[in-house]
Amino acid sequence: MFQFIFRRLSLVIPTFIGITLLTFTLIRLIPGDPIEVMAGERGVSAERHAELSAQLGFDQPLYVQYYHYVTGVLQGDLGNSLITREPVMKEFLTLFPATIELAFCAAIFAILIGLPAGIFAAVKRGTVIDHSVMTFSLTGYSMPIFWWALLLMLVFSVNLGWTPVSGRIDVVYWIDDVTGFMLIDSILSGEEGAFASAVSHLILPSIVLGTIPMAVIARMTRSSMLEVLSEDYIRTARAKGIAPWRVIVIHALRNALIPVITVIGLQVGILLSGAILTETVFAWPGIGKWLIESIGRRDYPVVQGGILIVACIIIVVNLLVDITYGIVNPRIRHSR
Amino acid sequence: MKKGLAKLTLALMAAGAISTTAHAATTLVYCSEGSPEGFNPAFYTSGTTFDATSKNMFNRLVEFKLGTTETEPGLATSYDVSSDGLEYTFHLRKGVKFHTSKDFTPTRDFNADDVIFTFDRQGNKDNPYHTVSGGSYEYFTGMGMDTLIKEMVKVDDYTVKFILTKPEAPFIANLAMDFASIFSKEQADFYMKKGTPEKLDIDPVATGPFQKVQYQKDSLIRYTAFKDYWQGKAKIDRLVFSITPDASVRYAKLKAGECDVMPYPNPADLQQMEADPNINLMSQEGLNVGYLAFNTQKKPFTDPRVRQALSLATDKSAIIDAVFQGAGKAAKNPIPPTMWSYNKNVVDYPYDPVKAKKLLAEAGYPDGFSTNIWAMPVQRPYNPNARRMAEIMQEDWSKIGVKAEIVSYEWGEYLNRSKKGEHDTVLLGWTGDNGDPDNFLYVLLGCDAVGGANRAQWCNEEFNDLLLKAKQTSDKAERTKLYEESQVVFKREAPWITIAHSVVYEPIRKEVKGYKIDPLGGHYFYNVSK
Repeated sequence: MFQFIFRRLSLVIPTFIGITLLTFTLIRLIPGDPIEVMAGERGVSAERHAELSAQLGFDQPLYVQYYHYVTGVLQGDLGNSLITREPVMKEFLTLFPATIELAFCAAIFAILIGLPAGIFAAVKRGTVIDHSVMTFSLTGYSMPIFWWALLLMLVFSVNLGWTPVSGRIDVVYWIDDVTGFMLIDSILSGEEGAFASAVSHLILPSIVLGTIPMAVIARMTRSSMLEVLSEDYIRTARAKGIAPWRVIVIHALRNALIPVITVIGLQVGILLSGAILTETVFAWPGIGKWLIESIGRRDYPVVQGGILIVACIIIVVNLLVDITYGIVNPRIRHSR
Repeated sequence: MKKGLAKLTLALMAAGAISTTAHAATTLVYCSEGSPEGFNPAFYTSGTTFDATSKNMFNRLVEFKLGTTETEPGLATSYDVSSDGLEYTFHLRKGVKFHTSKDFTPTRDFNADDVIFTFDRQGNKDNPYHTVSGGSYEYFTGMGMDTLIKEMVKVDDYTVKFILTKPEAPFIANLAMDFASIFSKEQADFYMKKGTPEKLDIDPVATGPFQKVQYQKDSLIRYTAFKDYWQGKAKIDRLVFSITPDASVRYAKLKAGECDVMPYPNPADLQQMEADPNINLMSQEGLNVGYLAFNTQKKPFTDPRVRQALSLATDKSAIIDAVFQGAGKAAKNPIPPTMWSYNKNVVDYPYDPVKAKKLLAEAGYPDGFSTNIWAMPVQRPYNPNARRMAEIMQEDWSKIGVKAEIVSYEWGEYLNRSKKGEHDTVLLGWTGDNGDPDNFLYVLLGCDAVGGANRAQWCNEEFNDLLLKAKQTSDKAERTKLYEESQVVFKREAPWITIAHSVVYEPIRKEVKGYKIDPLGGHYFYNVSK
């Protein structure tokens, strides 16, 4: 088992170097000088431009800039944002809890709906139920997020007034930033109604963000279940007279879950890397929105640092999925 | 499951009801379009940052009278100008208090030391605060204050004298700008002593109507009304900036009552907003201009007749309808009509393709020529859709035989290349900083700005002399005359096609009273009640 984990870990190092190199060069390949973008129509004089370039280190050759960047990263310093002048790591840590909170709720929504829907469709294969679930999940999968978010917002927030439009909590609550997780901070604040307000603000964004993963999980569960249900041992179990629900839940589902776990793991990785559209529509202060705005502003340190952290998260989640997979399915850890 | 959901919904609704009654303080929510870049307005140039900082937290020596571009006394009660225009003496207001922050409580009122510290930090490279937090003061240097201020003298605790290197009439308007917001020297010294000078730029105390309580990045900024504010406490108790980047979502929040004021609505939503009984759609002409600049150093645009011909060939009313969807007004001068010294008597080039063709033939181009139109890749109030605008012009010009190719670059690249004059013609615009005509005319069309903000690369001696004269006198009537004259020269020479001044819309909830649109584009909440 340790050898298996070690093999997986050794692959992480070249991936890490590749990512630093890619983010560093790609953002610089996009045309546009960050100093010009900062100055806008007003512009800066040539002397001031040179002064700022020197201050920000842009006047040095690219390999020197890369060297400084990588040595900084190895010491845990991702640099400072060109716009806010705050350390990139500090900005990331301020925004990441919001992304985790949303990703977590979206994942719960996706699993709670997707998994039973997939099982149900597989068990009732070929019936109206199966077709409806599959049509529903295909619609969910192909739904343009931006449109879906605005639609839900108009119906449930503006017309029916059931949920708030956007933000993390009602503005009447003045909650101190303790953990950065609004659900926890609202409880810690002791203000009456604050927690309920935080929950109500999470409903629509979680549904929107969870829609695609839900559809993916439902479809994966269905196909995996169908495969398992046609296995001989299931027929044997049924022939032995075991209760039908027991056959499905204990005998079939457990084996069918292996590929589903991988899918869930990958989806969670994607959710944690920040949901650009959902965060933008719901004015959710997470890392997706932060990164996309930084690309627009050519804020090199934020883009480099932010993408590097996000990539690390995805690497770690994938590693965890691989390891879990290895634990669940011994054939995998022995075969490699 | 269904019952559970219903219970949860009921619980949430009940919680909501409790929450609204539990807090009786009047809170005004402004759905701002983005996060501030920081809390020291001297470092930045964006209106989003100024709304969150200088407009509501800070004061300046002179202020813009709300709703106008004229200045009025702020932290200085009055000022005297020496006869040679080189010395400005400011008499400061007494009894002005600073806010209190979590780790700093001021022990004294505002005085001359604060004024000198504020400007010395930006202009004096030896000031210990000069390089703190990056130390880049784009507006201060951009407005030429670094070379303009020769010396500052503290006459006494409540009198400060600025000695200038040359007479510069727009100096007073410059001091009303955001970068001139006054900081507390006492707080600066306090942080320097503690070894954390950068905290001054994160948590500054100021003298304005609202004090910052909390900033949650990309989410909220909370302020409370400053009870010791020198003009009296604001009518609202709390001010919240709810950061909402998408205009459709801001509108949804306004409809749902989650915000009271929103900036920058989508033009497509305006009609619906006007019909909404809960919304008051305010509007005013913006202090901006959208233009097409000819590169007057490149042939054939070196010939004024060619520039005049293309001005005659452009149908502005079609552009206003298609690009501004009515939310714009055709421009004839380079400065907007709300600005003092706007010359009403200037006659614009009418849409007349026949005359245009004739003029082009006279200039030696009977069959037209080939050129390009640069279209901006970004949306701006003065030009909501540059590509569409360029297409309309391309079509108009083709009628007199001028074949134009539309070119676009990434924004930073676009600005840089057009500064160097790589274009034949370029679409761009400007939003005023301080309400002074010099801020449009000299900054965009003066000889000093060639190779910089003067995209027409146009240096006309007659025009430039008028502007230089206007800079040197502080007599407003005389300046008005000079600027009016300069607009006549501008129109005759036609270095630009002046296209439009956009109309600014601000939808607010009906229950919000006393809100005024600022022609300079800021959002002020001191006078607002609910």
